[in-house]
Amino acid sequence: MHPAPSIILFTVLSGLGFGLLFWLGLGFPPVTGFSAFAFFTIAYLLAIGGLISSTFHLGNPQRALKAFTQWQTSWLSREAWLSVFALTFMGLYAIGAVFFATRIAPLGWIGSALALATVYATSMIYGQLKTVPRWNQPTTPALFLMLSLAGGALLAGQVTYALILITLSGVLQGAVWYLGDTRFAKSGTTMETATGLGTIGKVTAFEPPHTGNNYLLKEMVHVVGRKHSQKLRIIAITLMAILPIILLLLPFSHTLGALAALSHLAGVLTSRWLFFAEAEHVIGLYYGKREST
Amino acid sequence: MTQLPTHTEKKLGLVIDLDTCVGCHACVVSCKGWNTENYGAPLSDQDPYGADPTGTFLNRVHSYEVQPNQGVAQLIHFPKSCLHCDDAPCVTVCPTGASYKRVEDGIVLVNESDCIGCGLCAWACPYGAREMDSDQGVMKKCTLCVDRIYNENLPEEDRQPACVRTCPSNARHFGDLADSESDVSKLVAERGGIDLMPEQGTKPVNKYLPPRPKDTWDQIDILAPLLDPVAEEPKGFLGWLDKTLEKL
Ligand code: SF4
Ligand code: SF4
Ligand code: SF4
Repeated sequence: MHPAPSIILFTVLSGLGFGLLFWLGLGFPPVTGFSAFAFFTIAYLLAIGGLISSTFHLGNPQRALKAFTQWQTSWLSREAWLSVFALTFMGLYAIGAVFFATRIAPLGWIGSALALATVYATSMIYGQLKTVPRWNQPTTPALFLMLSLAGGALLAGQVTYALILITLSGVLQGAVWYLGDTRFAKSGTTMETATGLGTIGKVTAFEPPHTGNNYLLKEMVHVVGRKHSQKLRIIAITLMAILPIILLLLPFSHTLGALAALSHLAGVLTSRWLFFAEAEHVIGLYYGKREST
Repeated sequence: MTQLPTHTEKKLGLVIDLDTCVGCHACVVSCKGWNTENYGAPLSDQDPYGADPTGTFLNRVHSYEVQPNQGVAQLIHFPKSCLHCDDAPCVTVCPTGASYKRVEDGIVLVNESDCIGCGLCAWACPYGAREMDSDQGVMKKCTLCVDRIYNENLPEEDRQPACVRTCPSNARHFGDLADSESDVSKLVAERGGIDLMPEQGTKPVNKYLPPRPKDTWDQIDILAPLLDPVAEEPKGFLGWLDKTLEKL
């Protein structure tokens, strides 16, 4: 799939923002007054900034409100609702904490649950697509949630939780790559089933329908070289997990904490780029374009 | 509404004959022609006469080479447009309700004034049947020529999809696949029509008729000895001419 910068930024930033809101809602750290204001501002900027950047890839963003209507079937629509609910509940909770120095705990709990539910809905937009076998597995929501929780803990200054969650997300990321590499083959979709010509013999693409490029190829047939992606995987896991873990294990200082957060962010951005770039859509079969097999 | 109807009264669709398609792309052109001037936003082209032309099409023709275990390879032309799936994943993912499947005839359409151009439906379609128009930012797909098939302003013989009407080798057929007595249903039964990517669970309405088995070679063998070249090397006068000309 085409790794569109607007979607990569959206999923990473809003994931981080909602992750931070999750921790704030539970009272980690139990901030009030000015420091609460600072924390909530960062969380809202990330969450809303991400959501806004997601509208950059729309063909007709002026009609974006219509995306609230189909929550019964569409995960994108559910995400829209959940994000509004999460931001509303957390907003009320934040007003209490910032201006009245009171944290209304139940509001925070509901807000935290909604923040996670929003991240889940985002991940399911990709996870439910049967057409992209690499995404179509439970590890997709698991990794999105884990990264959101880990990044949120890091930003909320929860060093112990951050250490545990970053380690877990590193392991999960490894598993996701390992399992993902065989998903396409296991899906059973091949050029033979795509064309129905398998009963005659081995099918190869002879001539594409068009000599130039088109929307389908630009959007859904993006092939990264294997060597290239191996290198990027190593970069991603180092920046996302290994480096932050080392930095957090060193005697605590704010500079090291900030470095850990930046490194983690860069790592997650790389991982998310790979998430899109490595994902092969079954449409590629009609064009005879599959990197492996 | 992006909830799929549990039942459609008719299942209008196409039956595409891979045996007779000659790969002329006439259906591609007629589809683009009709649908640029009629239903919804025109099918735009970008840089049409330049170095890197692209454009929106609702129907495209691939060509495949198929190598059987024995015998020669076959070249098969493969037209592909929306299959108007019964269990259309492109409809349920749509956040705005722009994509829908009609209860009365099963046609899958996009209401362009509701479409935000998020592209999710094109991601959900396994067949590459939806293309975003980069000029208007809305999703385009085959309408089964809904503005022809019921159009009383057209002479009766023209009330069928443009691609079907145009095809010079009769490789595209239009009809109701829910009616087992219809011509298309009979054709599917007779020729063993198949679904594309059945494992994706989309239950496509359009069917493909596989190529008929090829003739075998032994009939040719009877005459083959007589067709052997008589002389490998030219002799006599011709041989002399050959050599002389080569020396020049
Ligand atoms: S072919 Fe694709 S666009 Fe057409 S109904 Fe099926 S899934 Fe939807
Ligand atoms: S591109 Fe348009 S029709 Fe397709 S899912 Fe988005 S809003 Fe619906
Ligand atoms: S039915 Fe109409 S819109 Fe669909 S492929 Fe044929 S000509 Fe194009």
